[in-house]
Formats: sequence, C-alpha cells, structure tokens
Amino acid sequence: MKTILTGVSALALTASMAFAQSTITIGDQLEPPYLDPTAGAAGAIDNVVYANIYEGLTRFASDGSIIPGLAASWDISDDGLTYTFHLHDGVKFHDGSDMTASDVVWSLNRARAEDSTNAQKGLFAGIADVSAPDDTTVVVTLDAPNGGFLFNMAWGDAVILNEGDDIEALKTHPNGTGAFMFENWVQGDSITITRNDNYWGTPAKLEGATFKYISDPTAAFAAMMAGDVDAFPVFPAPENLPQFDADPRFNVIIGSTEGETILSTNNAMPPLDNPKVREAVSHAIDRNAIIDGAMFGYGTPIGSHFAPHHPAYIDLTGESAYDPDLARSLLAEAGFPDGFTTTLKLPPPAYARRGGEIIAAQLRAVGIETEVTNLEWADWLEQVFHGGDYGFTIVSHTEPMDFGIYANPDYYFHYDSPEYQALMEKLTAETDPAVRTELMQDAQRMLAADDVNGFLFELAKTGVANAKVMGLWENAPTQATDLTAVYWAE
Amino acid sequence: MLIYILKRLLSLGLSLVAASVVIFLAIEVMPGDAAQIMLGINASPDAVEALRQELGLNLSIYARYLSWVGGLLSGDFGVSYTYRVPVTEMIGDRVWLSFPMAIYALVLSTLIAFPIGIIAAAKRGSWADWLVMGGTQLGVAIPNFWFAMLAVQLLAIKYHWFSAGGFPGWENPFLAIRALTLPAFVLALPQASILARVMRSSLLDTLSEDFMRTARAKGNTRRQALVKHALRNAMIPVLTILGLQFSFLLAGAIIVEKIFFLPGIGSLIFTAISQRDLIVVESVVMLLVFAVILVTFVVDITYAVVDPRLRRKAR
Repeated sequence: MKTILTGVSALALTASMAFAQSTITIGDQLEPPYLDPTAGAAGAIDNVVYANIYEGLTRFASDGSIIPGLAASWDISDDGLTYTFHLHDGVKFHDGSDMTASDVVWSLNRARAEDSTNAQKGLFAGIADVSAPDDTTVVVTLDAPNGGFLFNMAWGDAVILNEGDDIEALKTHPNGTGAFMFENWVQGDSITITRNDNYWGTPAKLEGATFKYISDPTAAFAAMMAGDVDAFPVFPAPENLPQFDADPRFNVIIGSTEGETILSTNNAMPPLDNPKVREAVSHAIDRNAIIDGAMFGYGTPIGSHFAPHHPAYIDLTGESAYDPDLARSLLAEAGFPDGFTTTLKLPPPAYARRGGEIIAAQLRAVGIETEVTNLEWADWLEQVFHGGDYGFTIVSHTEPMDFGIYANPDYYFHYDSPEYQALMEKLTAETDPAVRTELMQDAQRMLAADDVNGFLFELAKTGVANAKVMGLWENAPTQATDLTAVYWAE
Repeated sequence: MLIYILKRLLSLGLSLVAASVVIFLAIEVMPGDAAQIMLGINASPDAVEALRQELGLNLSIYARYLSWVGGLLSGDFGVSYTYRVPVTEMIGDRVWLSFPMAIYALVLSTLIAFPIGIIAAAKRGSWADWLVMGGTQLGVAIPNFWFAMLAVQLLAIKYHWFSAGGFPGWENPFLAIRALTLPAFVLALPQASILARVMRSSLLDTLSEDFMRTARAKGNTRRQALVKHALRNAMIPVLTILGLQFSFLLAGAIIVEKIFFLPGIGSLIFTAISQRDLIVVESVVMLLVFAVILVTFVVDITYAVVDPRLRRKAR
C-alpha cells in the first residue's frame, strides 16, 4: 500500500511540476458568492475578477495611483463637469463581441439606475448623463465637479459589462474584457481562469490560475507548507509568518491596505457623546501594544481615518498619544472620576477579537469597564450597525478613501458634525489637486480633534508566496489579486 | 405486515411536517439580514432595500413558510440568497463528496472494527484484548480535529503522501479517492473504536448464551462455534450502531470538512449559516432530516422482515 501511494504521489508531483511554470494556485479565505462585481460588496468577488476578468474605464495600479484602463485617455472640460473618454480600439469581450462606447453607457446607466443593487451606488451619484457620440468616445456629464470621479471609475463596482448580457448568467459565467477568461467554478472549492489570447493589451504571462478557498487558518498554513497552494496574498494567520519568513522556499510579502482599523465609538451613546470622554479613551489606548499583541507587529499606527501611504496623509498619532494619567484626569474633568461601564462588541476577525482583549485591559487601567461580547458578522450588523446598540466595537474599514462615511450622521458612529459635512461637500466639488490635498488634511485633523473613534492602525497586507512567484501586488489599494503581471522565476 | 408499513409511513409523514415547522422557526429567529451581509457596511440603504425586495425577504413569515414548504413538495428547494443558484444544484454537487466520503469512512471503520472486536472477544483477558480496549478508549477520546491536524502535519507536510486538503472532483476517480482517504480515515477512527467495543461486548454476551454450549457440545470447535453461531447473533446491535453512524457521518463531518477544506454538505451548512443564507440552511437541514427518517423507516421495515417476532408484535 505504501509503495503504491508513494508511487502515485511521485507521479502527481512530476505532473504538477510540469505545469508549475505556467499556472498558479492562489489561496483565499472567502469564496465569492457570485462573480459579478457590480452586484455585491463581497471583496472576494474583486479578489478574483478585478483586473483579471473585468476592467473599467480607469484602474488602480499596485501603488494606488489611477491609471488608464479601457479608456486610453480622457479630456476634462474647464468647468470640471464634462469628461470625454477615448476608448481603446479593438477591445473584445470574452464571448467575442466588440466592446464599444454603448457598452460603457449601458454599464454606467445600469449602475446608477433607481432599482440598481450596486453596493457602491454612491460612486455614480453625481452623474447627470452618459452618451456615446461614436463607438470609441464616451461623454460623461456631472451635476457638479467631482475631483474623485476618475478614482470612482476605477472601482470593481464600476467595471464595464457587455450590453444586453443576461445578468443572472454573468453571476456564474462572467464575460469581461480582461487578460484572463473564466473557465470553471467548483462551488465550495475553487475557481479556474485561463489566459485570454485575444487580449487587447499586454497579454498575461501565466497560462492560467486557480483560486482555492480555504477558510480555516490552520488549513491555510498546511496547504502552503504542503505546496498545494503557491501563494496566499492575504494570509489569515500572522503568527505563522515568521516561520514562512525563515523558510527559503517562501517569500513573505508585507504591504499596506486601505483598512483603517478603528475602535468605533457610538457618539450618540452617553457618556461617549461627551468629547472629553472620547478624548480620554484616545489617550488610554496604546496602539503599539495592540499592533504587537494582536497583529504580531504588522500594522502602522494611525491618528485619524486616513491611509498612511496616501500623499495627503498627515501623522496625527501625537494628538492622541498613550497617556493613561491624562486619560484619568480627563475622565475626572468630564465628571467620571470613578470611570464608567459600557459595551465592547467584537466581530469575528482576529484583529477585533485579539485587539479587543488588549483594549479592554487598557481601558480598565483608566477606570473604564467594558462588557465584551463576541458577535458573528450577521449579529454584528443587526446589533451594532443597524441597532446602534453598542458603546465600542472594532472594525477595519477597508474601502479606499472612505472618510466620507463620517459625513453621514446616520452611519453607525452617529457622528453629527455640520462642519465636517460642509467640508466633505467642498471636497467633492473641488478638482484642483493642491486644494483637495489641503481639504483632506483638514478632514483628518477634524476627525482627530473630535476623537470620533479610537484610531488604531492601518491593517497590513500580510501575504505568503512561493519564492519563485514574481509580480504579485505588494499593497492592496483595492481588494484585488491582479495576476496580469505574475510569472514564475526560473 | 401491510398495516405495520402504513403505520410507519404515517409516522414518517408526521415527523416530516413537525420537522419542517421546527427547522423553519428555529432558523428564522436567528438575527441577521442576508441583504446587508451581501452588500457590506458601506452600501447605500436603498440598494440594500432593493436587494431585500428582490430576494423576497420583505414577505411575512407565514408567506415565506408556505412558499418554502410548497416548493419542497414540488421538489423545488428554493434559490440561495447569496449564490443565486437553485439550492438543489448546490446540494447536488456537495452530496457527491459527502455521500462517498461517509461510505468510505464506514467501510474503513468496519474493516478496522470487526477483526479487532472479534479478536478481543475471542481472547478475552489476553494482552490482545487489553490492547484493543486501551486503543479504542484512546480512539474515542482523541478529538478528531486534533487528530486531523496531526495527520496533515505528518502525511501531507512532512511526507507529501497526500495533499493537505481540497477535492479535485471525480473526473479522475483515483485522485478523488486519494483526496478523501485522509479525511475518511480521521472520520472512521472514533467510529471504529465505538464499533469495535460494541462488537466485543455483544459477542461476549452471546458467547455466554446456552445455545453456545449446545453448539460446542455438538462437536464444533471454538472457532467454528464463534463464526457460525455467535457472530450472527451478535450482529444485531452492531448493525444498529452502524446505521446510526451513517447518518452521523453524512451530516456530522463539518469540522473535518473545514480542516481539509472539502466542499461537502457540512461546510455548505456552515457557510450558509454565517451568511444568513437561511433558505439553504433550511433546505439542507430538511433534506438531512428526511434522509435520517427514511433510513430509520427502512431499518424498521427490515427488522420486521428479518425478525418474525417483531412482525407479530406490531400486529
């Protein structure tokens, strides 16, 4: 029996080595529910289709900058209201039909329609009209100038679909314009894509790729170690990273994400509605202890809701430096010399559960008692997000440039600041990059000064890959596993 | 006999109706909104509302129950909220993993349990008996998730005999069986331990029966008496356990499926629950209940066929 088995595995091993140079197996924790990025927020969808299968007018590069996608270039009118996109010639969908300006018009109109279920409908909110003067030109007219428009068009939710395709069928059989085509989906197990040989741009180097779904962190570790998976771009267990790092067969890839991890605070719930109390909380938190203890050292401290790798970032961590004595005296000033008790409701991710324990201890040290409850996402949405029944919670907000959420007083922070709301309106209307940067910095300062939430750290992207795999994204400016430039080193 | 079967059928029907009500109520009280989970926390409220409308989540609980049961009766298990494919299709794929894996584990467990159970009984008090008793005690006590992780460490990571998990599909039956071997073995181990102990004690009971003395008196050797007379009579409790184990293996492999990342029924239920894909949970659980009730029904009938005493009593 043993010899038979070893014989078989040797056969399987040589077989997989023969293919090793041209295909890759990518591990991911969550399987997408379906493959239409315009119909759901699941990051798992974009992890498969973004840049690989579907493309938009513009796209994210790995450093977070916006580069041309299906649109080769564009002109912006002087009043900032009209964008004229010039599309690439000869772009074809995977089913062979031509991608023309009318597909763009249709896709954008569908996303902003009344009954649209696009999760990021807000991206299209300012569009007044979309038209196609000819097959390769698209003219978008806005209600008001929007400095973030090209950025919005780069999101996975804004990709271009083939006009008239059966939307239900696209959920399981995507039909995009990208460098890879959908091949097969074994539900619960894996998704396979192959190279599109008729691609309009630079063809992919790999012949194909398989996304394999492994939700359990221990199983993910085993799969990497056993060689079943070639890369795990977002590896779920940071505690295993040193072991991979020490092993010459693997590369550990550390980059940044758009995930501002925060101690979300219910600004409407007494005594947290008192700015003094929130300030005390900010000073009670030792960010580095949390990063070391919960994230095994991976993560960058933040002092406001803004990604540190963005050019407009300013370091405000000093405003809320760790100072338990100050925290205690602020609490006394606010009328709580003996502290108070509130709730801390934690969703499932490790950063929340592990970070939560540390934060609970740090708050206790200044007199704030927290009743810690562990919740599933579904319960969390019900109690915390919709119900507003919480004092503190810990969440990583992973959408890029999502500080606009603070302008919505109904959002679960319940932060209602007319000044901030006015600032966001001004920012949206501004198209001059220098002024925009200034306004974004004002926004960061305002959020830090109001101590809206406990700003903890920017989530790191901690990936593991076979040492011979080259060209994977280091950072995650958006949720994506862009394989178009990936190859195997000799 | 006919009346007996009709009675069993009636009780089968009633059990199913009761089960459907209990399952539906138990699952519908879970907090959580499938539409919000799908669209995420940055979604605009009207997009969430539009999706809720589309999925039929705004209907009353009675309307949802009736449409679900009505669908079940006509063989329509509904459409998954999250995946937007018919539940029957999803179950169809998964059953082709869970069912063969359960059978595989059952075969392994029988192959291990029968010989060692028989040896332990035949050589009661010997070192072999002690070994079997101690070993099976351990087999029952070891948590199977831990044993699974250990097996992966050794056989997949160290020796590369098996992959650490996953399932390649049945296109290549050889690879498929290879992928199922480790999980099936992990599942089989505690079952085999229980089975071996039941086998041993049932056999010991039979060995002390009067008819065994008669069999020896007729001139059978010890071995002949054991194989011809004792084994057959000792089988009834063993088969009952075996039947129970099959239902357990079919539905109870959630943890092992997680560890080996296998796309089976167990992991389907697990994901569906966390995504509040209630229609999938309800339909799959209902299907499993149906399978278990059906197996019980078949077993009841078989008892009556095999054992005339039961038949007479039922009348």
